[in-house]
Amino acid sequence: MNRILIIRMIIVVLLVLLFWVGTRDLKIVPKRAQVAFEFITGFVRNSIIIDTLGEKNGRRFMPLLFTIFFLTLGLNITGVIPGLQIASTGLIGMPIIMAVVAYVVFVYAGLKQHGLKYFKNQLILPGVPLLLVPFLALLEFLSTFILRPITLTLRLTMNMVAGHMLLALCFLATQFFFVTVLFNQGNVIGILGIGTFAFGIAFTLLEIFVAALQAYVFTILTAIYIQFSLADEH
Amino acid sequence: MNVVGQLAPLAFGLAVIGSGIGVGIIVGKTIESVARQPELQGRLQGLMFLGIALTEALCFIAIAVAFIPFPAP
Repeated sequence: MNRILIIRMIIVVLLVLLFWVGTRDLKIVPKRAQVAFEFITGFVRNSIIIDTLGEKNGRRFMPLLFTIFFLTLGLNITGVIPGLQIASTGLIGMPIIMAVVAYVVFVYAGLKQHGLKYFKNQLILPGVPLLLVPFLALLEFLSTFILRPITLTLRLTMNMVAGHMLLALCFLATQFFFVTVLFNQGNVIGILGIGTFAFGIAFTLLEIFVAALQAYVFTILTAIYIQFSLADEH
Repeated sequence: MNVVGQLAPLAFGLAVIGSGIGVGIIVGKTIESVARQPELQGRLQGLMFLGIALTEALCFIAIAVAFIPFPAP
């Protein structure tokens, strides 16, 4: 059990508790907590899932997309919670699993909808000169079946890694300027610590925004990939 | 003269030129469209973030290059 695993456990337990308590007794006239809960779930339901996939297919894939959104959001936000301070999506294991799940689901959705014609739909674009078809099919194959899961994984991981490094850099520089330079060496240049501290706070706020944004992007991209698989013509 | 160091930051810098220009174009065009049709702002913002995420992916691939264990020469 290391720190990352403990964080994952805590977040999963918190999410289960949140959804259990949040959906336990729903009133027709909601109180404030229920309004907040319904606002965020309603946002995911309406503007991410239903807007992209439509009513019928949206309902089919809703449990998966909800899980992806809230798991990503929860694991991302641990990067800025004091005491936890590392986003456990910043290790490549978690995003890889989620990207593989998304990959399997969108290929499955296409195969279920179209059968083997799915690959033809995805690879061969209509209205292309016959000579160019193999090259374009190769490109489409690369971008659809190889680069999609890779970019899904790397986007999430590297956002979190870069954010963590920025925060660590800012706060370590603050520590260095204040403690080492200002107090131990008595050098006035340690005042620069104020600047690095301010940047640290600003980047913390940016990280909160990035955590939410990456959860949104991961979910909507999964939804869009599923939508591309389900679409009739390319 | 011997120069010792890592080339990965250079690769990252080069990759960021392209993504930076791309993100700038996306955001600029979104602002233009919102100025033209303010009632579409919500939809355009979603599309903007999507476009930014797709463009940014390139520079995140460049960051990942630093983690590939290339053999030392």
